[in-house]
Amino acid sequence: MDNRIKLEFLSLSQNEAFARACAAAFIAPLDPTIEELADVRTAVSEAVTNAVIHGYKHKPGTVSMELTLTGRLLRVKVEDSGCGIEDIELAMQPFYTSGTNGERSGMGFAVMRAFMDSLKVESEVGIGTAVTMEKLFSDKLRLEESKKRVKDES
Amino acid sequence: MKISFEITRETLTAHLNGELDQHSAGEVRKAVEAELKKRRTIKLLVLELSGVGFMDSSGIGLILGRYRQMRDAGGRLSITNAQPQVEKLLKLSGIFALLETQRRGRANG
Repeated sequence: MDNRIKLEFLSLSQNEAFARACAAAFIAPLDPTIEELADVRTAVSEAVTNAVIHGYKHKPGTVSMELTLTGRLLRVKVEDSGCGIEDIELAMQPFYTSGTNGERSGMGFAVMRAFMDSLKVESEVGIGTAVTMEKLFSDKLRLEESKKRVKDES
Repeated sequence: MKISFEITRETLTAHLNGELDQHSAGEVRKAVEAELKKRRTIKLLVLELSGVGFMDSSGIGLILGRYRQMRDAGGRLSITNAQPQVEKLLKLSGIFALLETQRRGRANG
């Protein structure tokens, strides 16, 4: 089943919950496991939070999120037209944060990388940042069938 | 985010209920700080997470912040009752090396 949606919303922190709820609704037809669903919600939340607090530094701006489904492969692209990242490699290091005010863990990219199958960050200073992540969903029915087969055989 | 507090001797337990992200982390921090300010005898802060159905790395930032705050005041921080997905994130962050954790029941220092 292939599908695609694209959303644009203001860079407000309350839209973090909105974005992850949309992503959860979008993948619902795949009947994801509880863990897969939570992984996607968390990764989306991280990407949108980055756009709000680092891209736009809490100033008004527009964040876009595109969700594409090709079979059981989900692609999430979160883009902002904010300040951009000077040193992507440094920004992606666990525990590194450029946030000087507030309590940031520096774990955003590490979480996206751990909870999704792939992560790509493109950024240009003064232009903005695009984060693309992919995740392949397991086939529950097939999993159950193979489990049953193993059980029957033993 | 709903927050309720419970005090037993030198322990302040904060029961968090809702989704813990960047939006709600600020209000949790303010509420906990206000409560700690009122009761300077508190030596152990317990964040009770059974009602937290979602948490992202902003929650890790909040926990690290409270850990530093308690440590600097000569106290301790403990987290308890995290749901599996929250636990997964906590494990990834390596935060357990710093904290006391109790999976079930009430932490009482």
